[in-house]
Amino acid sequence: MYTLPSKLKLFAIVFMVIGAIGIVSGFLTAPKTTAEVKEMMAAHGDGHGSDASHEAPHHETATTHEAAPSEGHQDAHSSEEAHLEHTLHQMQNRPWSALYIACFFFFMIALGALAFYAIQFAAQAGWSQVLFRVMEGITAYLVPGGIIMFVLLALSGFHINHLFVWADPEVVAHDKLLQGKASWLNGTWFLVRAAIFLGGWMLYRHFAVKFSRNSDDETDNRWFKKSFKISAGFLVFFIYTESMMSWDWIMSFDPHWFSTLFGWYVLAGMMVCAITTIALITIFLKSKGYLEVVNDSHIHDLAKFMFGFSIFWTYLWFSQFMLIWYANIPEEVTYFITRIEQYKLPFFGMLAMNFLFPVLLLMNSDYKRVNWFVVLTGIVILAGHYVDIFVMVMPATVGSSWYIGIPEISSIFFFFGLFIYVVFTALTKAPIVMKNNPFLKESKQYHY
Amino acid sequence: MASKVIHAIYNDDDILMNAVKKVRAERYHIEEVYTPFPVHGLDKVMGLAPTRIAITSFLYGLVGLSVATLMMNFIMIEDWPQNIGGKPSFSYIANMPSFVPIMFELTVFFAAHLMVITFYMRSKLWPFKKAENPDPRTTDDHFLMAIDAGHHDVEKLSKFLHTTGAIEISLIDNDEDH
Repeated sequence: MYTLPSKLKLFAIVFMVIGAIGIVSGFLTAPKTTAEVKEMMAAHGDGHGSDASHEAPHHETATTHEAAPSEGHQDAHSSEEAHLEHTLHQMQNRPWSALYIACFFFFMIALGALAFYAIQFAAQAGWSQVLFRVMEGITAYLVPGGIIMFVLLALSGFHINHLFVWADPEVVAHDKLLQGKASWLNGTWFLVRAAIFLGGWMLYRHFAVKFSRNSDDETDNRWFKKSFKISAGFLVFFIYTESMMSWDWIMSFDPHWFSTLFGWYVLAGMMVCAITTIALITIFLKSKGYLEVVNDSHIHDLAKFMFGFSIFWTYLWFSQFMLIWYANIPEEVTYFITRIEQYKLPFFGMLAMNFLFPVLLLMNSDYKRVNWFVVLTGIVILAGHYVDIFVMVMPATVGSSWYIGIPEISSIFFFFGLFIYVVFTALTKAPIVMKNNPFLKESKQYHY
Repeated sequence: MASKVIHAIYNDDDILMNAVKKVRAERYHIEEVYTPFPVHGLDKVMGLAPTRIAITSFLYGLVGLSVATLMMNFIMIEDWPQNIGGKPSFSYIANMPSFVPIMFELTVFFAAHLMVITFYMRSKLWPFKKAENPDPRTTDDHFLMAIDAGHHDVEKLSKFLHTTGAIEISLIDNDEDH
C-alpha cells in the first residue's frame, strides 16, 4: 500500500493555494471598462510586440480620420471606441481562457490515461499490468477535473463569459454562418453532449477500477474478462465522443473554421501527455521504492510510446497545417494566419518541444532506459503540449492580447496541485501493484 | 597454417545456450555458431559486441535529409524560382511545407537502403556468394558450435562438449580461409 507523504500533500496544497490566489487576482485585474483598457495600453506602451503591430493600422486610420472634416471625426471616434471595446473583451477573456486551458490540459491527461488503460486491456498487452494501478490513479482525476470542466463549459455555453462566440445571441443574430451551425452549437445541446461524454467516460472509469479492485480478492479470471469487455466497448464509445468533444470544447472557439482531422490531432496530443505522465509518476514511485517490479524495460516501453506518439502528433499537426497552407482557401487559412502572425514563437516553438526534442533525445534505445532522460524529455513534452492547447484556444478568445503571465501560470499551478493531490490520494486507495491478472506474471518478468 | 576446429552439433536452442555459457566459462574460444533461426540472447551469452547498424542508419538519414534539402533548394529556389500556382519560392523556408514530404521520404529512403547495403557488405552477403555452411542440417533443425581446437587436448575437449549436451562431435581440418 502507498501512503500519501505529508510533504507531497503540503506541496500539492501550496500549489493549489498559490494558484487560486493568482487566478482570483487575474480576474480582479482584468479591465472592466474601455477607459481602463486605454489606461493599461498607455501604461504598458501598447503591450508587447505583436500587440503593437496589430494595432498600428487601427491607429493610422484613426488619425487620418481625425484630420478629416467633423463627420469623419465621429467615425474615427467610434472606430477607436470599437477597437477599445474589442481589446476589452480580449482582456476580459484572458483569465477565463487561462483557466480553461489549464483545466482542459490536466483533464485530457486523465482522459488519455483512461484510453491508454482501456487499450492495454483490449490489446491484452503483456507488459503493462504492473502499471495499471498507476494508470488508475491518474484517471482518478477524471472525476473532479471533469466536474470543473463541466462547470466551465456551462459558464461559457450560457454566455456568462465570452469564451465561445457562438454562445452570444447578439453575435449569432448578425452571423449567417453561426445561425447555420446553431442547431449543433447552442448552449443546451452543447451541455447535454458534454454530460453524455463525461458521464460515459466516468462510468467506464468507475467500473474498470471496481473490476480491477475486485479481481485482487479472486483467483479466477472473471473480473479480467469483464474488464476486457467493457474496455472494448469503451474504446468504441471513446473514439466517437473524443472526436465530438474536440469539436465542441476546442474547435468551436473558432466556429467559422473547421478541420476534419482535428479530433485525431487532439487525441494524439492527449495520448502523448497521458503516457508521459504515466512514465513520470511511475519513475517517481519507483524512486521512492514503491514499484520494485517495474524495471528498465517498462520504462523503455513507455518511452517508446512517448517517442512514437510525439511523432504521430507531429504527423497530424503537419498534415493539418500543410493541407490548409497548400490549398490556401481563405476561409480555412485565416486560422493559421492569425496564429503565425500573433503567436509565432509558441506556434513554432511547440514544434521544437513536441517533435525535435523527443525525437532526438528518445531515439537512442539506451537513453529510453535512463530515467532522468525520460523525465527531462517528459517535462518538455508536457510543457510543449500545454503550449499546443494554448495556441488552439487563445487566438480565438484573446487574440493579440495574449501573454503567459500571472493568470496562465496560476491556473497551471492550481490544476497541477489539484492533479497531484487527487492522483496521489487515489494511489493510496489500493495496493500499488494488482494481485490477480492473467498477464501479471508476464508483466513482472517483462524484459525487452 | 592448417588449424583444427571442433564442430559440436546440438539439437535444441536451450541446450545450445547453456553449452555456450559453459564453453565460455571454460575459456575455450568459440569461432562461430550456426543456427537455423535467431536464438534470442545468443549474442549476449557469446559476448558479441552490440551492432552499430542503427547509428549508421541515423547518419544515412541525415545524408538523405541534406540531399533533399540541397536538391530542392537549388532546383526550386536558386536555379529557376518560377511562380507555380502562387507558391512562395522566395526562400527555402517560405515554401518549406511543400518540400517536407520529399524531405521525409528521402530521409527514409537513404536511411533504409544504405543501412541494408551496409548490412550486406558487413556480413559479406551477395548473389553468387559461396555458402559458408559446414553442415546443411544447421539450416533446418540443428545447431552447430565451432570451437577452435588450437593447443587444447582434443580428447578432453570432446568429453567436455559431450557433457554440455552435444549429439555429434567432429574434428575438422580447417585449412581454407573463408
